[in-house]
Amino acid sequence: MNAYEKLKTARRNGRPLGSDYINAMITERLDLCGDRRFAEDSAIVAGIGLLDDVPVTYIAIDKGHDLNERVKKNFGCVKPEGYRTALRLMKEAEKFRRPVICFVDTLGAFPGADGEERGQGQAIAENIMEMMGLKTPVISVIIGEGGSGGALALASASKVYMLENAVYSVITPEGCASILYKDAGRVAEAAEALRITAQDMVDQGVAEEIIPENFDDFPAMCADITARLLADIDAMSSLSGEEIVQNRYARFRRIGAYTEV
Amino acid sequence: MIETTLSCPGCKKKHALTAAEQAGFICPDCGKYLRVPPRSRAAMIADAGSFSEIGAGVRSVDIIGFPGYADKLAKAQAETGENSAVLCGTARIKGMECAIFVMDPRFIMASMGSAVGEKITRTFEYATEHGLPVIGFTASGGARMQEGIVSLMQMAKCSGAVKAHSEAGNFYVTVLTDPTTGGVTASFAMQGDIILAEPKALIGFAGRRVVEQTTKSALPDNFQSAEFLFDHGFVDQIVPRESMRDTLARILMLHQRSEKRA
Repeated sequence: MNAYEKLKTARRNGRPLGSDYINAMITERLDLCGDRRFAEDSAIVAGIGLLDDVPVTYIAIDKGHDLNERVKKNFGCVKPEGYRTALRLMKEAEKFRRPVICFVDTLGAFPGADGEERGQGQAIAENIMEMMGLKTPVISVIIGEGGSGGALALASASKVYMLENAVYSVITPEGCASILYKDAGRVAEAAEALRITAQDMVDQGVAEEIIPENFDDFPAMCADITARLLADIDAMSSLSGEEIVQNRYARFRRIGAYTEV
Repeated sequence: MIETTLSCPGCKKKHALTAAEQAGFICPDCGKYLRVPPRSRAAMIADAGSFSEIGAGVRSVDIIGFPGYADKLAKAQAETGENSAVLCGTARIKGMECAIFVMDPRFIMASMGSAVGEKITRTFEYATEHGLPVIGFTASGGARMQEGIVSLMQMAKCSGAVKAHSEAGNFYVTVLTDPTTGGVTASFAMQGDIILAEPKALIGFAGRRVVEQTTKSALPDNFQSAEFLFDHGFVDQIVPRESMRDTLARILMLHQRSEKRA
């Protein structure tokens, strides 16, 4: 598949959504809601539960299964209150030294007037900054679309996984095409140029591993993800909070290419 | 060749750089703020001769072979005489040491790629090491799409450096200038302990056209202006250009670590 075909696959109706992974992987599930400031945003499905026998905080972006749900969840475009809810739960996880698991699937942060009024940029900025200082492990899995800052606000993580056909991009290929070619129709070209595939992420040091997709046996696929996450959590369990922060910073510190003249 | 004129973002009229400088970078024709080139901005706020550059040689490159980017970069580098879209360094303001960074809208609309991310990160690392406050003048079209996902990651890289600087007890003030948008708004522009803005500056996350399409209704005239952000509680003060240096000096003075009173 080329980048554009992967983009379409990542967006395909019927592909498992954030809530499906939580349903399949988390037991003793306790959903927690609201940002304590303004509202609840149902595009975020989050709480505390057991991953196998390990308590974790789970945070997923959920696009919604049917039209009613999708409208209510703004098609997975998270509002500032959703990001603030996620941050509240990450800070709670830090307090109890509980690992955080994020499932990311969004076209991008909600771009409406009310989001701007309530500081969409500020909400994302605060999430990223606080995540970079979080003294507990955060592992993010891009399960569909990793849409720009709206995805990074849940992926400033210790480790990032890409599903096989998931994509991650600085801008939607449509947005890129309309700016670059003045033609939103040239999406395929833009998708190719932006390098958005799972393999591109591993090649550029943005993600560590690619998880094979096996939606015909979704429970087996989720068992595979669970095993990987548990191994990561085990590997990080002996680290101090400071080491977790240092390692996360080192992970992002080396990303980038420039010359020095 | 280095471009020696500045276009007014309001009336579009071109002004010679020297004339613009004499006018305090305020358009003599329509009164709108011109976008200040970083070296001029540093001169406007820092004590004479106190500016010393950090990361001067860090130069943007076409890292993923993005269509048209190499030419765009070459043009921006030639027209500005700069290697990247941000100027970083240390300076003194009324004798007080600080680190500063100033983004450059002349350079691909100060979009943030690897070079910008690296220089801002180095500036915060230097400031953390030396216990210096940071003053950041932001302006940006957002993350630089021509560098793909790596430009998005600069948001986390810079934010990690800001966080470490903050955790070490250091002070950071941002000055949002026209235009501050996208991934820069959604990272270090909004991470200051204190956030100032210049009057009428465009500040936002999503582009106005996208917001209009999403909201399907007319937006207020002042939407995403400095004044709009102030009204919604996201900016501490709107500071006119002529009092910026004095305001920053007062802010630095009030954040100096005081000796315990006897």
